[in-house]
Amino acid sequence: MLSIKVLGSGCANCQKVEQVTKKVIATLDVDATLQKVTAMPEIMKYSILSTPGLVINEKLVCAGRIPSEAEVTAWITNALA
Amino acid sequence: MRHTGATRTYAMLGIVAIAWWLAYTLLQPATEFLTFAVLRLERGSHFGEAVAFFLYDVPKILLLLSGMIFVITIIRTFFSAERTRRLLGAHGEREGVGNVLAALLGIVTPFCSCSAVPLFIGFVESGIPLGVTFSFLIAAPVINEVALVLLFGLFGWRVAALYVASGLTIAIIAGWLIGRLRLERWVEDFVWQMQFTAAQDDATQMTWDERLARAGEAVRAIVGKVWLYVVVGIAVGAGIHGYVPTDALAGVMGKSAWWSVPVAVLIGVPLYSNAAGVIPIVSVLLEKGASLGTALAFMMAVIGLSLPETIILRRVLKPPLIAVFVGVVALAIVVTGYLFNWVM
Repeated sequence: MLSIKVLGSGCANCQKVEQVTKKVIATLDVDATLQKVTAMPEIMKYSILSTPGLVINEKLVCAGRIPSEAEVTAWITNALA
Repeated sequence: MRHTGATRTYAMLGIVAIAWWLAYTLLQPATEFLTFAVLRLERGSHFGEAVAFFLYDVPKILLLLSGMIFVITIIRTFFSAERTRRLLGAHGEREGVGNVLAALLGIVTPFCSCSAVPLFIGFVESGIPLGVTFSFLIAAPVINEVALVLLFGLFGWRVAALYVASGLTIAIIAGWLIGRLRLERWVEDFVWQMQFTAAQDDATQMTWDERLARAGEAVRAIVGKVWLYVVVGIAVGAGIHGYVPTDALAGVMGKSAWWSVPVAVLIGVPLYSNAAGVIPIVSVLLEKGASLGTALAFMMAVIGLSLPETIILRRVLKPPLIAVFVGVVALAIVVTGYLFNWVM
């Protein structure tokens, strides 16, 4: 089971990252929890300077931009392997 | 395999660049032909000139916007917030030099105002002075690439260059002042207690294919978001072109009205709009007799100081520092406005 977190204060960009991730989870049909992290001290634990951030199994995979579906698919497949 | 893929990418890029250039050079004769030969509108008539202006300016601005955003995004792929933090950490500790460097990096570092808080914490935690951090936080939103392209397309390179110069000046002076005032005690206490360890920097490991792909995405996203504002704005501009006397605003917003700059800033600060939304207003103001400094001051007050960003910054700054931040930036905008009115 994967734990996936979207880091961000809830602006439009963070919501897009969440949408992309949700879609990939549904397409790949993986068992995963998707959590939105909006508390700043919690976000800062992942040492990021720009939101949105995406964390898979406690590893920061992307920060400061909206990744493509292909990228998210690759990260999730990697985390499962 | 890798080599032929790259060749194909560059060939594509070359074809797109040539197509862009052809479209841009042929635009003027094409619109003339369309307006006066195909639509048979009368040359020199209010309506004919308004239609020609609209048909020429909309595609011109959209072409400029696509080209510029593409180039700017490519440049930005070489920078990241993390890299900027390291650069400022190494060279930005001296006030003055640090403020200038931070303001310049504010132009090229990819930044969205939602990121203001983590960026602020990361910067001050790694020892970058408060004033230098503010120079960055002011420059990044004030110097906006969409505004830059629109100013260049509608008013020429002089106005565009003035805009960048004034944005930099405001960021440097306001940041320096905030640094001099020694306001560290008004930063929320939890900021100083946080541990910040640098994350990896992915800007250096990108391939050219990735950089080009990202630039393409940015063009699609930004042009998709602002094209309607551009069309409406230019339609309004074309509509009033020639119908409202050009000196209608000269009395209240011209050079002779010394109070117009602070009033324009006072009106602009609570207003919030994206750059594309405010440019049509600025173009109307300028066309109808407002002076350049007053119009630019209004524009920078609208896009540079925004309520959403101040609310976001409230999480890390105590209210007095928020007030100082807004006050100092507003003051710097007023001073630059006067400077332009005086120079131009």
